[in-house]
Amino acid sequence: MSLLEAREVGKRYGPVVALESANLSVDAGEVHALLGANGAGKSTFVKILTGVIQRDGGSVELRGEPVRVSSPSQAARIGLAPVFQDPALVPDLTVAQNIRLTGVAVEKVQQRLRELDIDIDFTEQAGDVPLPLLRMIDLARAMARDPQLLLLDEITAALPSDLAERVFAVMEEWRRRGRSVLFITHRLAEVIAMCDRATVLRDGRDVGTLVPRGGGERQIVEHMLGPEAAKAEARAAEVDEKAAAEDRGAADAGATTLGVSDLRVGSLAGVSFSLRGGEILGIAALEGQGQDDLFAVLAGERRAEGGEMSVAGKALRPRHPYDAIRSGLVLVPADRLLALLPQRSVRENIAAPRYNRVTRWGPINPREERRRVAKAIEALQIDTRAQRQVRRLSGGNQQKVTIARWLASGFQTLLCFDPTRGIDVGTKRQIYALLRRLADDGAAILFFSSELSEFPLVCDRVLTLFGGRITGELAGEGADEASLLRAMHGLVEEVAV
Amino acid sequence: MNSAAVGVRPRGGLNAGRLVRRHGWTVGVYVLLLVLVLFWRTIPANWGSFDVQSLAIDALPLAFAAMAQSVVIISGGIDLSVGSLISLVNVLSAKYMVDMSFRNALLFGALLLAGSAAAGAFTGSLTVLSRVPDIVVTLAMLFVWAGVALEILQIPGGGAPPPYLQLGTGHWWSQWIPSGLVILLLGFAIFWLPLRWARPGLALYSVGSNRSAAYLSGVGVARTRILAYALGGLFAGLAGLALTATSGIGDPNAGQYYTLNSVAAAVLGGVALVGGVGGLIGPIAAAFVVTLVKTMLILKGVDQNWAQVIQGSLIIVVVMIGGLAIRRRGRT
Repeated sequence: MSLLEAREVGKRYGPVVALESANLSVDAGEVHALLGANGAGKSTFVKILTGVIQRDGGSVELRGEPVRVSSPSQAARIGLAPVFQDPALVPDLTVAQNIRLTGVAVEKVQQRLRELDIDIDFTEQAGDVPLPLLRMIDLARAMARDPQLLLLDEITAALPSDLAERVFAVMEEWRRRGRSVLFITHRLAEVIAMCDRATVLRDGRDVGTLVPRGGGERQIVEHMLGPEAAKAEARAAEVDEKAAAEDRGAADAGATTLGVSDLRVGSLAGVSFSLRGGEILGIAALEGQGQDDLFAVLAGERRAEGGEMSVAGKALRPRHPYDAIRSGLVLVPADRLLALLPQRSVRENIAAPRYNRVTRWGPINPREERRRVAKAIEALQIDTRAQRQVRRLSGGNQQKVTIARWLASGFQTLLCFDPTRGIDVGTKRQIYALLRRLADDGAAILFFSSELSEFPLVCDRVLTLFGGRITGELAGEGADEASLLRAMHGLVEEVAV
Repeated sequence: MNSAAVGVRPRGGLNAGRLVRRHGWTVGVYVLLLVLVLFWRTIPANWGSFDVQSLAIDALPLAFAAMAQSVVIISGGIDLSVGSLISLVNVLSAKYMVDMSFRNALLFGALLLAGSAAAGAFTGSLTVLSRVPDIVVTLAMLFVWAGVALEILQIPGGGAPPPYLQLGTGHWWSQWIPSGLVILLLGFAIFWLPLRWARPGLALYSVGSNRSAAYLSGVGVARTRILAYALGGLFAGLAGLALTATSGIGDPNAGQYYTLNSVAAAVLGGVALVGGVGGLIGPIAAAFVVTLVKTMLILKGVDQNWAQVIQGSLIIVVVMIGGLAIRRRGRT
């Protein structure tokens, strides 16, 4: 029996169509995936289903009854409980107060968290709780309402694998009890492993509902990108793979661009490595092993407590991001909005870092600016439909803008901290290809990712970080998940090169 | 890594260390007040209950104004119309209470309170529904209420029945317990505490802390913000009534002093201008600090203009020290 039936749901903001006409049918006792590239309309769809925004057209039925969901609290009352992409906890309230705020019994949430084997001090302020645990509290809070349909919007994106496993267990439980889950993720492996059916959105329309276990990744990607684009992508990916394989040999020839020796800061306890021009060096680590500190120091956000850094042989002691940028070290953070000016246009965002160097005084040369920005937009294939305000772009396009900023202003070393977090497969591939192209042009790239499958695709070499120290070094092709995981858990002997 | 281990913290019902950590600012303001009081005792020749009495008289309206401002700031807004709403309630009460019996004066006061809460709700609705920023709407309302107040009473005048004046200037039980202080505590206990410990209070803080998270938690954001302004209006009404009781007259310009001093007392009392942080206990003490500093500077014979410079510097220094303390805590 169909639990939720959405027909021809649409939403537009002025001339911008966020959702053209989407259909979705979720059965009782089903884990259903909602897939699509960034900007395909997934988040809009979920927000409509949970009453965060109102639909312009179409109909939604719950167990055969038409419903109009007017607010998140009403959605909860009729049995739709969402866990949103951004944690919905108020930072200045304690965990317990946050739960009382939603009108859920605190004991029920505690009970759920115990079942998830998570121990949290409920008198702690939510702002002091680490992000992955906040997501778990969000989940427990949604579960405590015992909803018919649990909507999980990219909940696994910020979770380490052991916590993600617990989310999957919850999905299993819901299925077993004849209830349903709508699961949104960019990790196709999760979809294939966990979901009974998947509905794919493309350009604001549903383009098909399929059984992920049957067709596998290729089928899903084809639906997401459209048949033609998928073929082109696959070809491009192959070509890139080949080129990358050839380059891996050549990379050794480059001179050291970034040298780090015995770097100590925060939880980083003496890290040394060197990065050559033309090379992509991966940093693989579990949550909280010092990777945040490493990137913060290199980008000039924090000062090192000990050790040396050098750029092209010259000592580097950045006291401010400005110093790092001047030495050609630029950062692409995971959280796009940390780097962007959300209310300003794509063009201003891309041009902004340039004002560090060009024409310190005097007016900005608009023609030069437009030329460079246009070049960067083209190189990255940024979708500029909503270019007047960056915050209206989809996540993938925002991430492209953060990279485009540095393309337009020039750099030698790109520090990518989880650059593909929450980005769809198609855009991810574009970003992999772009990173490879940049490396071919001589850039040095330091690359951290929370998705292990990216390392062999992207990197020439991978270092693993555990407890603030480097515990292993793997060649790019050899960095499969099993060997990475071993090294990331500090099992040094088995993998040391 | 076992990420569950991240969440393992010692549990304890009452944690003294955390109480200080979380309410350190409030504790600090009371310590500052205590230090000032000890110093103040040494200035006048024969310091006594009379001085305490006059401090309470001076500070009472500002304490209510600080509460009004704090409620609104905690909810993520700011209310520049607090001062002129105080003027309006002040002139209305002084103009009409002068010929009333005590009983009628109290009833009329209750009516004015309801009215000022409604006026606050009106201001709140304007900014919530029109989506014009708080600072613009409340600045406009500042002029509106000030104009109405001047229309009602062009020059200072009016009055109130003597028992009513006793509420602000008398003392109960002992010479050392000014009645104004008791009224202040009553106002706090009746109008704030029941809200603070219930869901509307949580909603108030959540809306100021992170509006979208509050909305996604099912909080009625618009309703809550209007509630904050209504509560602000109510406390402004209390301030206006207190001003009548302590000064004995109505003055259409008397409220001006409270517009920015209420913000100063809120900030000094630990209410963060970004919203979601602080309470009303701190700002109440801060209102006494601000008033006491002024009193002491007058006693010391410091020039009026310099007194203002010193008051301003004090606010910057205190807020700076508080900010540094918070930043240091964040780093460790």
